[in-house]
Amino acid sequence: MDFNLNEEQQLLKDSVERFVREDYAFDKRRQLAASEAGYSAANWRKMAELGWLGVALPEEYGGIGGGAVETMVVMEAFGRGLVLEPYFATVVLGGNAVLLGASEAAKRALLPKLVAGELRLAFAHAEPQSRYDLFDVALKASKTKRGYTLTGRKGVVLHGGAADKLVVSVRTRGKQRDEAGITLFLVDGRATGLSRREYPTVDGLRAAELGFEGVSVSADDVLGQVDDGLALLHRVVDRGIAALAAEAVGCMQVLHDQTNEYLKTRAQFGQPIGRFQVLQHRMVDMFMELEQSRSLCYLATLRLGEDAGVAAKACAAAKVQIGRSGRFVGQQAVQLHGGMGMTDELAVGHYFKRLTMIDVMFGNADYHLKRYARLRA
Amino acid sequence: MQLDFTASERAFQAEVRRWIAASLPRDIAEKVKHGRPLPRADYLRWQKLLHGRGWMAPTWPLEHGGAGWDPVKVYIFEEEAARAHAPRVMPFGVKMVGPVIYTFGSPAQKQRFLPRILASEDWWCQGYSEPGAGSDLARLQTRAVRVGDHYVVNGTKTWTSFAHFADWLFCLARTSSEAKPQEGISFLLIDMKQPGVEVRPIVTIDGGADVNMVFLTDVQVPVEQRVGEENKGWTYAKFLLGHERSGIAGVGRSKAQIERLRGICGNEAAGGGRLIEDADFARAIAEVEIELAALEYTELRCLLRDVTRGGPGEDVSMLKIRGSEIQQRITELLMQAVAYYANPFSREALEHGWNEAPIGPAYAPPLAPTYFNWRKASIYGGTNEIQKNIMAKMVLGL
Repeated sequence: MDFNLNEEQQLLKDSVERFVREDYAFDKRRQLAASEAGYSAANWRKMAELGWLGVALPEEYGGIGGGAVETMVVMEAFGRGLVLEPYFATVVLGGNAVLLGASEAAKRALLPKLVAGELRLAFAHAEPQSRYDLFDVALKASKTKRGYTLTGRKGVVLHGGAADKLVVSVRTRGKQRDEAGITLFLVDGRATGLSRREYPTVDGLRAAELGFEGVSVSADDVLGQVDDGLALLHRVVDRGIAALAAEAVGCMQVLHDQTNEYLKTRAQFGQPIGRFQVLQHRMVDMFMELEQSRSLCYLATLRLGEDAGVAAKACAAAKVQIGRSGRFVGQQAVQLHGGMGMTDELAVGHYFKRLTMIDVMFGNADYHLKRYARLRA
Repeated sequence: MQLDFTASERAFQAEVRRWIAASLPRDIAEKVKHGRPLPRADYLRWQKLLHGRGWMAPTWPLEHGGAGWDPVKVYIFEEEAARAHAPRVMPFGVKMVGPVIYTFGSPAQKQRFLPRILASEDWWCQGYSEPGAGSDLARLQTRAVRVGDHYVVNGTKTWTSFAHFADWLFCLARTSSEAKPQEGISFLLIDMKQPGVEVRPIVTIDGGADVNMVFLTDVQVPVEQRVGEENKGWTYAKFLLGHERSGIAGVGRSKAQIERLRGICGNEAAGGGRLIEDADFARAIAEVEIELAALEYTELRCLLRDVTRGGPGEDVSMLKIRGSEIQQRITELLMQAVAYYANPFSREALEHGWNEAPIGPAYAPPLAPTYFNWRKASIYGGTNEIQKNIMAKMVLGL
């Protein structure tokens, strides 16, 4: 048992943290979030040049040969910086969908481009009616001579507006809420019949509503097995959850540190407010939430490689923990900053918003508590 | 980073599991599993078996007769012991006064007391709290006045767990009131079997009486039974509190109790099916299980970090706080699991040798008393609020 990073991982951590510190000051982040693209193309190129887009991919596809721990290291640092570039959508979700589901030829064609920063992906799993159920898929495929045509909608697709390709869950057989009969397709972002309505999100990112009106795809565009896509969907989402846990830990660490510092410097009633026991205890509670979250982030990350059931349980547990802890740490960081915590000017509220939306992603704490209970039954 | 134990740790785990399976008396394990009180002799039987194997003092250095294990081995051992429903080893000798004696005691004290602690020949109890000194321990009033080669000790100690079983008391007493309260305290070892020592049980809300008041009236304590320097006892007491973190989170025991809870819920009828199938109850169990997993890996992270840096961190308080909250939650769920049958109360039914038919399921009688009893966990060893004060100061610098 060992919770230390190896030398390469430590170097990676140092370098991503340096980037966040030096190139991702909060004011810069604010400007980027308000820009046309919502992130910096120059930063994206830099991430590619430094090899970060390929840290968790095998070398034969242009990657560096790391795995879940490397993803965790990058995502935690990005959480500290509230990074806007579409790393999570492209690399963690899209990259893993291709890695786990695509044919050898498709992997060789796509992944090196992804690593080079020339291919942006998005993961379109949710629909207006599905809430968090990955199996609730109404977007329908009709069989044609050359493949399928897709008709339906996907909702709140993270970075779906600008993605070059979209991983889309599709109903190829059965009824809307059947677990069988789902297939994942890789759909071109400029495909005929695909409409995309892009918008900003509460946490400063971008997402899109997607409309499919007779979008043609071929059998070559299938990821995984036809009609058997749910297991693949879950595997990708669990990797996503572990990465989000790391991002959440990064966010919580910043809120913890900034709030603790504020308690030492903000004076009222003739003394730093950190002298008040009620605030001290609240701060200790924040510290403990952060540490419990970090522990389950490690657990989820390190269990990803094990049997699907073991990995799923660890990821569900981590999602419950970061959902609840993120809510607590976020709310209390605002509370302990008083009126200042309410201002848009301070970073605190922005971390709080990101943590709040991380809870929503792939199912909130309540949803995953039920999932955990089912997995345990 | 990786979660697996090394090959040698796994071999150790297998060895511990085998030995416990072969050695732990069945009747004792049954009582522990069902939360029944153990008589003194049961604790001693188990501790003597451990001593025979050389495993009585896992963390003590080899030179003092300990096993000299690293924290990971200690963790494995405690988890295996809890899993097999072994009784907890009474901490007062081996985890508390023992390390104080081998760290600060005289050669004569080491020779006299350490072997007897290892062999469970002396049962120790802790004389810290007083009626007027709980969280504010430094205000203690028990006085030790030097008369020739003796101290004469007068005062009252309280919440003394298992004083009624004990042969010896390690005791904080005031030897000076000139300086700050912390600076006039000495650490004395007091023979319980002498005139002037009176033990009076305190009946607690669960109906049991594990804790006592200890009245000390003109008790004679030879000077050679003072550990370390006069007036420096506070330092040794603090060392003791920070020294022993193994098992403080109670993860192994909580895991075993959750398994027991799941077993009971599989047996209890609810809503036309079984309680374990009730979505709300299943979620409540899931919740505490997730909290326990978070605590387990937090404890392991702390342990492994401590190995690297050669000593425990100040965040040990976190393990105590979260551990006690989780233990309390499990006892609450256990009680809730039996619905009405939490209510019938018979102290006798909990005692060894009781063989009348139980009222309700056989597992039900101890559940409510255990729930009430475990409210102590967030109070003893420094209340959880005091633990937060410590963390605010030591970890957060507030």
